[in-house]
Amino acid sequence: MRGTLYNAVFSAGITLILACLMLGVRLSAEGTRLTVVGAGADRWEWILAGVAVVFFGQLFSPRLDALFGRIPKPSLGALKPQDSTLKRLKPWLLAALIVGLVIWPFMVSRGAVDLATLTLIYIMLGLGLNIVVGLAGLLDLGYVAFYAVGAYTYALLSEYFGFSFWACLPIAALLAASFGFVLGFPVLRLRGDYLAIVTLGFGEMIRILLNNWTGITGGPNGISGIEKPTLFGLEFSRRAGEDAQTFHEFFGIDYNSGHKVIFLYLIAVLLVCVVIYLINRLMRMPIGRAWEALREDEIACRSLGLNRTVIKLSAFTLGASTAGFAGCFFAARQGFISPESFIFIESAIILAIVVLGGMGSQVGVILAAIVMTILPELAREFSDYRMLMFGLLMVVMMRWRPEGLVPMKRPHLELK
Amino acid sequence: MSQLLLDVNELTMRFGGLLAVNSVNLKVKHRQIVSIIGPNGAGKTTVFNCLSGFYIPTDGSVMFNGEQLAGLKDFRISRKGLVRTFQHVRLFSKMTVIENMLVAQHRHLNTNLFAGMFKTPGYRRLEQEAMDRAVHWLEEVNLLQHANRAAGNLAYGQQRKLEIARCMSTQPELLLLDEPAAGLNPRETKELDELIIRLRDEHEISILLIEHDMGLVMGISDHIYVIAQGTPLADGSPDEVKQNPDVIKAYLGES
Repeated sequence: MRGTLYNAVFSAGITLILACLMLGVRLSAEGTRLTVVGAGADRWEWILAGVAVVFFGQLFSPRLDALFGRIPKPSLGALKPQDSTLKRLKPWLLAALIVGLVIWPFMVSRGAVDLATLTLIYIMLGLGLNIVVGLAGLLDLGYVAFYAVGAYTYALLSEYFGFSFWACLPIAALLAASFGFVLGFPVLRLRGDYLAIVTLGFGEMIRILLNNWTGITGGPNGISGIEKPTLFGLEFSRRAGEDAQTFHEFFGIDYNSGHKVIFLYLIAVLLVCVVIYLINRLMRMPIGRAWEALREDEIACRSLGLNRTVIKLSAFTLGASTAGFAGCFFAARQGFISPESFIFIESAIILAIVVLGGMGSQVGVILAAIVMTILPELAREFSDYRMLMFGLLMVVMMRWRPEGLVPMKRPHLELK
Repeated sequence: MSQLLLDVNELTMRFGGLLAVNSVNLKVKHRQIVSIIGPNGAGKTTVFNCLSGFYIPTDGSVMFNGEQLAGLKDFRISRKGLVRTFQHVRLFSKMTVIENMLVAQHRHLNTNLFAGMFKTPGYRRLEQEAMDRAVHWLEEVNLLQHANRAAGNLAYGQQRKLEIARCMSTQPELLLLDEPAAGLNPRETKELDELIIRLRDEHEISILLIEHDMGLVMGISDHIYVIAQGTPLADGSPDEVKQNPDVIKAYLGES
């Protein structure tokens, strides 16, 4: 009992100090000088109420936990049909899902399709980082760097050399992969926290490089007017460029700017399907088993002749190439990129997607990516409190389902 | 000299001021069971760590099949056919038994990404071969009925056997066993005893053994090396070692 009281007083004290500094005082400019202005009475009431909530919350935390424990956890397992029926239904369900994904955009608004495209980009990024963090167990805080490499690859190649989107897609993936390789080689002998710090630094390096290399990347102004993808040479603009044809002219239909959005969405669906298929294969391949083994016991792996550098590097490189993919598509969708899009917060969000979804679990990552991109859109009015809600969500999730939305279930190899 | 599988000369390992292993010589012939014994802390496991590349020896040479191993990376050494087990079982406990066996054969599999992505015939053939080898060795140690269980859920004695089977599936020439009988009951120790002899006689590999169970060591060894405080004390056949006054003194203390 004394322990909880002490804990409650301590937590309330911390809350009070933080709230006083962050909410209680404010700097305001008076002419050329800055003066400190205290908060009004009503704000102080809110702060005190918050402190009281923390105090009592900590005081009764065991009882609250018990209360939370009584709320039944959503058991997704119970929703799943029997294994045998699932096996029979699986191809049909998958087919229905893909058909649904393809038909859906023709029935909803342009904004919804655009949002879905954004979600698909985050799904791709989440799945890519999932290889590194979830499967290989390497904490990468600079993942956004590879995303930036992919985006700038397409932007620069298209701007200076007129490369098409489809040509750039593999180039971006390869280039991001080689960046992953170059970074991974010296860094992968580090572990855990150290690796996280170095990757964090690498992410910032790329961003600062893009920001300052004004001659080529345009610096903070970014690159605009990036070409949109074409469908076998058919453009989606109102009027075609020289010796090109537009989509609506070719098919003899009226011009509709929505076509372009839907086309981008369909590309994203295609890319995500490819990525999911590849990762699914990876998990069942020797390399997938080696990642798992390396995460469990590195020393045993070494004694069995597994080269840990190569194995870790492959995870890092494959994750990076997925980000390159996503980046290339992102540049094509936006038509404009600048270093602003590749700040640390992006890395944090992608990592949060992986952790929230359940490390290593593909379904979980996809769900989390949907939640993380759609929720902020739905709660537009609260956009000022976005980071606050983000933090709250993390706290609640870690307390309630620390293993993530859909905990990972690895496909175990079985002997018949 | 050519029939020597392992020839260790003047192996020395120094950690700062501590001389953990001092000029140890070891010779292992083909199809031989050789044991290293010695009091606790004598440096036996350090010798193993040096041989298997976990430590880079300060001095001395390790010739394996006429090749110098000292200074090579651990995974390269095990690929040459010198594989070890550990004093404490090191399995991939969340993976199934059969997966443990397949991870060990990683380098025998087709790890080409594209082959795996599209399941080429070559990829499938190698995967099948690895599977067959895994099944063979699981049968050999009597674990086949547990193939789909998580390795961590096996009984301790079974985990020990799985570790040996896992090493064997890498097709080694020399197996280094670090206290394989530790924690086993008498019946399991006897099974282990038979397994080790079978490995030598039927599968024609050599075994270098660290063990405290004197019954086991004296019963199966072709040759025994005694180490005390990092320094070689004696070596010879089990009977010679048993009667060596220095060995008795090291084990029982001076009177």
